[in-house]
Amino acid sequence: MAKNYETVIGLEVHVELATKTKIFCSCSTEFGGAPNTHTCPVCTGMPGSLPVLNKQVVEYAMAVGLATNCTITQNCKFDRKNYFYPDNPQNYQISQLYLPICRNGHVDIEVDGKEKAVRIHEIHMEEDAGKLIHDPVTDCSLVDFNRSGVPLIEIVSEPDMRSAEEVIAYLEKLRLIIQYLGASDCKLQEGSMRADVNLSVREYGSKEFGTRTEMKNLNSFKAIARAIEGETERQIDLLEEGKKVIQETRRWDDEEEYSYPMRSKEDAQDYRYFPDPDLVPVVISDEWLEDVRSRQPELRDDKMLRYEEEFGLPEYDIEILTGTKHLADLFEATNEIVKKPKEVSNWLMGETMRLVKEQDMDIDEISFSPKHLAALIQMIDKGEINRKVGKQVFEEVFKNDIEPAAYVEEHGLKSMNDEGALRATIEEIVAANPKSVEDYHAGKKKAIGFLVGQTMRATKGKADPGMVNQILKEILG
Amino acid sequence: MSLFNMTAVELGKKIKAGEISVAQACQAALEQIKATEKELNCYVKVLDENQIMERAAKVQAQIDAGELTGPLAGVPVAIKDNMCTEGITTTCSSKILYNFNPTFSSEAVLNLERAGAVILGKTNMDEFAMGSTTETSYFGETKNPWNTEHVPGGSSGGSAAAVAAGECFYALGSDTGGSIRQPASFCGIVGMKPTYGTVSRYGLIAYGSSLDQIGPMTKDVTDCAAVLETIASYDSKDSTSFRREDYDFTSALVDDVKGLKIGIPKDYFGDGLDPEVRDAVLKAVKVLEEKGAIVEEFNLTMVPYAIPAYYVIASAEASSNLSRFDGVKYGYRSEDFNGLHNMYKKTRSEGFGAEVKRRIMLGSFVLSSGYYDAYYLKALRTKALIKQEFDQAFQKYDIIIGPAAPTTAPKLGASLSDPLKMYLGDIYTISVNLAGLPGISVPCGRDKQGLPIGIQMLADCFHEKTLIRAAYSYEQARGAFDVCPAQKGVD
Repeated sequence: MAKNYETVIGLEVHVELATKTKIFCSCSTEFGGAPNTHTCPVCTGMPGSLPVLNKQVVEYAMAVGLATNCTITQNCKFDRKNYFYPDNPQNYQISQLYLPICRNGHVDIEVDGKEKAVRIHEIHMEEDAGKLIHDPVTDCSLVDFNRSGVPLIEIVSEPDMRSAEEVIAYLEKLRLIIQYLGASDCKLQEGSMRADVNLSVREYGSKEFGTRTEMKNLNSFKAIARAIEGETERQIDLLEEGKKVIQETRRWDDEEEYSYPMRSKEDAQDYRYFPDPDLVPVVISDEWLEDVRSRQPELRDDKMLRYEEEFGLPEYDIEILTGTKHLADLFEATNEIVKKPKEVSNWLMGETMRLVKEQDMDIDEISFSPKHLAALIQMIDKGEINRKVGKQVFEEVFKNDIEPAAYVEEHGLKSMNDEGALRATIEEIVAANPKSVEDYHAGKKKAIGFLVGQTMRATKGKADPGMVNQILKEILG
Repeated sequence: MSLFNMTAVELGKKIKAGEISVAQACQAALEQIKATEKELNCYVKVLDENQIMERAAKVQAQIDAGELTGPLAGVPVAIKDNMCTEGITTTCSSKILYNFNPTFSSEAVLNLERAGAVILGKTNMDEFAMGSTTETSYFGETKNPWNTEHVPGGSSGGSAAAVAAGECFYALGSDTGGSIRQPASFCGIVGMKPTYGTVSRYGLIAYGSSLDQIGPMTKDVTDCAAVLETIASYDSKDSTSFRREDYDFTSALVDDVKGLKIGIPKDYFGDGLDPEVRDAVLKAVKVLEEKGAIVEEFNLTMVPYAIPAYYVIASAEASSNLSRFDGVKYGYRSEDFNGLHNMYKKTRSEGFGAEVKRRIMLGSFVLSSGYYDAYYLKALRTKALIKQEFDQAFQKYDIIIGPAAPTTAPKLGASLSDPLKMYLGDIYTISVNLAGLPGISVPCGRDKQGLPIGIQMLADCFHEKTLIRAAYSYEQARGAFDVCPAQKGVD
């Protein structure tokens, strides 16, 4: 009988920080510039250049550390990690090994109703490398140093996760925390969040860890889940066949759903880490630490509680609204103007999410102004437009961020609120549809629906359906 | 007195007074270069005469307009070839950078240029400043202008020889373990290594980053103070740069050592010290004592540990600092290679000289996993203990005096065959870098062969002014030092 195995997973998560400039020079971190245009002697490693630390990087790292319950190392240092590769202009990466900025934290996750803490071993700051591009025409490799020196933090967890679900929950949680802090946009596809999976298997009940592999090239949550499944299977198969798992770095191929070895142990690198003599120790005073702590924004767990207490929103709404910082910001900014939380929530969860799905967008790509949604809600509230027209106008708000009042005016969508005019129209319709009137009086109350429809058509949808109903009932007696 | 054996400050005064033009000053230096450079090889590159004259004219115009009033305005200077100079090749005397043309100038050079300096050229050095003789240069050895069968010292041997021979009026050197003070001593000039952090390292191609410091190499102490005052500055581009309260170093040019407490470390006068050097240094100490200084002997027991600690730390840093020279972006690339790793290997094997490779290997070894604690961390702890010992000494003494080197300049070819012996020659200079202290070497005599001897004075961190005062007072009592025969040659 086959043995029962348990998967043991730890993650190394790289997050590109949202600073305007690089970690050791004043070059822009903007993504997508022409090759080697966001560069200088420092980030291209020219002889004689020296690094100067960007303080904002330290603040973001501290913020993430505080939000993940870490201890902040108030006297931390940068070390050099030495290895030769053309995307690494100095042939050493400035990183932190001996004294990382954050240590001993944890993140609480929930999977299938079960709560669990995933411990964080450390968070350290480092610089990103450039990008190698192979030119098939000249058969040459070219280097773009625009990304060289973009600040990263690496969040190293303990091997506390046991399933793909736990890994995804942990990553989702990290992503939300970091997005809420504004420290990064954490986009896996664009590489601003990258996760390497360290995985081993062992028999249930065993206290020893098995030999682990490290998997790279995981570009989506789905790929991560598949990679965990695939690698677990591969390792169990090896053990079942009486073979050994080799400690190595493997590259996940999501198309083939299989991992391939990248480096074997023979050329295992000795990075010869040592403290970077060009940088002075980073001394974080109590004042600085308190200042960053006091500026920590409200994180999701607190926000969820507040939404319930302050706005009395249902759990379901809260779950979705706080699911991304962007949506929560939109909700709060809109509600700040209209002070109708449930109404705002309905628009965001209903129409907004419908359009996001329809357009196959990311929630973070929603770009309309809260004041335009607020204006729309207020117009409906005042009866200036009816709900149906409202939805039509909202599509324009959503797609083009139009100013609702101007749009309604321009397209003549204002509700027909002149009771006299509406009554005259309805009288005409009643006169033209004796059959329906007869049916109504014969007890077929549904017949009134046809008459309402006719009225709406005649008014091009601008009439307030409530008012139409009321007048009809008066006329029909 | 011919023009080229004036000091920089004397020349600066005459230029300011309109007695000598900047062009004349440059011509004088160029003439001397023509006369002696072929034999001495002080420079890796002398700038094109037109380029020098163009700059001279520009500076002259600024002086005439009253825009440049400093003591060094218009005075021609030589720069050690490990300081980046925009548009002028900067080679570190290595094949691997034989064609490297920096896109920016080092901060120290910019400070000089802002003060109206005219650069004559880039001086020869031991490859990547690794060496004590200027014999490891890819561009050939520099010879000692006092006796061309001898080395000028190193690694700033080109700068020292150029100043001594009158091939420039002053020069910049860099000092990681004595590379300014030792060649200054061998060439009979004044050389100072300032407190770590005083002169920006931005643009200095690093050897041992935690030890490297740029400093003046001059004909006398007055020039030394003027040059230090010009190049020292706080630089936000260098994280190890220090914002000092005092930059007015020339204010310390005072002939007065009354009550100055001088410590003489017995450990600096033990075995291995040439008796002629010892006598000359002690004679100089006597001079200061006669002028009112209080002299006392004491123990500096950590001295023997400085050399191993230094070679571990400096080599470790160098192994990483020099890894960027890989043939990918600039400099030498092997012509014939097979794939990336072979390119790295061949480029670096062919591009670096033996001494550089030795130190890269040494440094890589001490940083390797399993050896880091035993070597690198131990060396750092030794460094801390050395600093501690100096701190204690400076509670008692204002300055510490010893020789700059155990011998006068050795003969060409005598040192490289025994690197360990060469390393031991750095014994008096190295601990100064480990402790970050300022040190100055001042000529104090000549041996029987006629080779110069230097006295080294050390002060506590940020006390360059004390050093300058002591060195200036000694110099006043000593009187004018002998003129180097290479200078006499042209007259």
